[in-house]
Amino acid sequence: MDTALNIVIVDENPIRAAILTDGLREAGYTNVTRIEEMASLLARIYSLDPDVILIDLENPSRDVLAQMFQVSRAVKRPIAMFVDQSDAAAIEAAVDAGVSAYIVDGLKKERIKGILDLCISRFNAFARLTNELERAQNALSERKVIDRAKGILMKLKNVSEADAYAMLRKTAMNENKKIAEVAQSVVTAAELLK
Amino acid sequence: MSGDSLRIGFIPLADASALIIAADKGFAAQEGLSLDLVREVSWSNVRDKLNIGLFDAAHLLAPLAIASSLGIGHFKLPLLVPFVLGANGNAITVSPALYSALALAADGDLTDPKNSAQALARVVAERRKKGAGPLTFGMTFPFSCHNYLLRFWMAAGGVDPDEDVRLVVLPPPYMVDSLSSRQVDLFCVGAPWNAVAVELGIGHILHFGGDIFARAPEKVLAVRAAWSANRDDVLKRLISALGRAADFINDPNNLDEVAALLAAPNRIGVAPEIIQRTFKGRLRIAPGGAFRADPDYILIGREGSARPEPTHAAWLYAQMVRWHQAPLSPDLLAAAKACFRSDLYDLAVGNHSAPEANLSAAPLDRIGAFAGPAFDADDVAGYITAAKVAFANR
Repeated sequence: MDTALNIVIVDENPIRAAILTDGLREAGYTNVTRIEEMASLLARIYSLDPDVILIDLENPSRDVLAQMFQVSRAVKRPIAMFVDQSDAAAIEAAVDAGVSAYIVDGLKKERIKGILDLCISRFNAFARLTNELERAQNALSERKVIDRAKGILMKLKNVSEADAYAMLRKTAMNENKKIAEVAQSVVTAAELLK
Repeated sequence: MSGDSLRIGFIPLADASALIIAADKGFAAQEGLSLDLVREVSWSNVRDKLNIGLFDAAHLLAPLAIASSLGIGHFKLPLLVPFVLGANGNAITVSPALYSALALAADGDLTDPKNSAQALARVVAERRKKGAGPLTFGMTFPFSCHNYLLRFWMAAGGVDPDEDVRLVVLPPPYMVDSLSSRQVDLFCVGAPWNAVAVELGIGHILHFGGDIFARAPEKVLAVRAAWSANRDDVLKRLISALGRAADFINDPNNLDEVAALLAAPNRIGVAPEIIQRTFKGRLRIAPGGAFRADPDYILIGREGSARPEPTHAAWLYAQMVRWHQAPLSPDLLAAAKACFRSDLYDLAVGNHSAPEANLSAAPLDRIGAFAGPAFDADDVAGYITAAKVAFANR
């Protein structure tokens, strides 16, 4: 139906842009281009002449798009924002997800509702993925520090691994800290005393 | 009264400093307010997050606050401005190549904007004759003093900003790169980007913003009109905290501490020396060359500049009309004036600093443009006509 719509993605994050592009392709939108070079953003947009522009909110170049609302020699085709004033919920969902959408003037918003919904859900999925990755990395580095602290205690106090862990846990409970924090202090102290 | 928490969006620029000092030096806490300042990357983001209520208040371009209130360029979102966070603070920086061309074409001292604007007209004419493409000028947002400042200046020399040059929006952090890669020949932006270009040897500061308009309302504190409706007291305390923060910033004895607080990575995040030079208005204007000092380079609340003058709102609206961003209508003019709430400011700041006494330092028409007719808030149509006649004389 509307799969011929010309969509431009402005996102400096290659992974998120790929996730979004894949989603759009799966939904049948094949005419999708990603712009990663910000220096000539407006020129690229004009040469691609898109119907829809999707841009991430961490991108300072969002203000460049504000120029397309203006009437001037530099602006060839006026662009309007997709969501209008009555769509407070849609704006909120988009901003929460970290994305903004623009369409050429005159395009009916029903025609791209699906695109925006998809965009929001992919952006949210990406944010979840990033959080999970961060948590996994934190957990990994915490585990490494705890292992090192256990090793130090086992050597210094001549105790078993289970006892070393119990010591860390008890101290953490007494001082109302995380085990990883106590472990880090042990590692730091051991390095100082080397 | 204690425990009121406000989430406020800002762009890391020198004129966000009253907000930052109010939050980080305890002036807000003294008023029982806790300010959660959120650093943003674009004015579009600040506006949208204020719009949907993610922010209670925002550091905003003064013209953007009016455009939002009038529903120009975007959705209509009635805003109130109870405090002007900064006046002036911009500069025009040109590439070494354009600087040489202007110097060659100038009939008289290039530091006089009349001369530089006429020199620009000659350079533009020369380029056209040779079939060279138009010069490209960068500014920060369609609804910004940077845009109006550049347009006013070049129009005074007979250069049509919409036909004779290419005027493009660039995010401030990209300005310097764009100048060095010759994507733009000139830009108008706030601190510290002009100084950065000069230090890198890729730009000359041609003018301080104050050369074009002696007093221009640059950034404001904006809140949604609907939000403010039942929050008189919170608003009053916020304005009061901002007033005290501005006073603190303007005491030279505090400059080291202020610059150190502002330099924090989650605040403005640039070297304290650059912030100090900005506040002192002391900038190197040519690579390896002389410094220029102007105490009015940037004003954070000094000389009554924090008071939102309806005259200033009318003047900003007049710039929008002059450059075809807005139609001329008495209703829109009245709505623009109504955004700038000097009454709320006076109520909160009271006799803490009498605005009338302080305004004696300001220009008669409150703007002090280097050319063209004096501004008259009661006759915006007449002002625009007069400005247009001056432009058509090219």
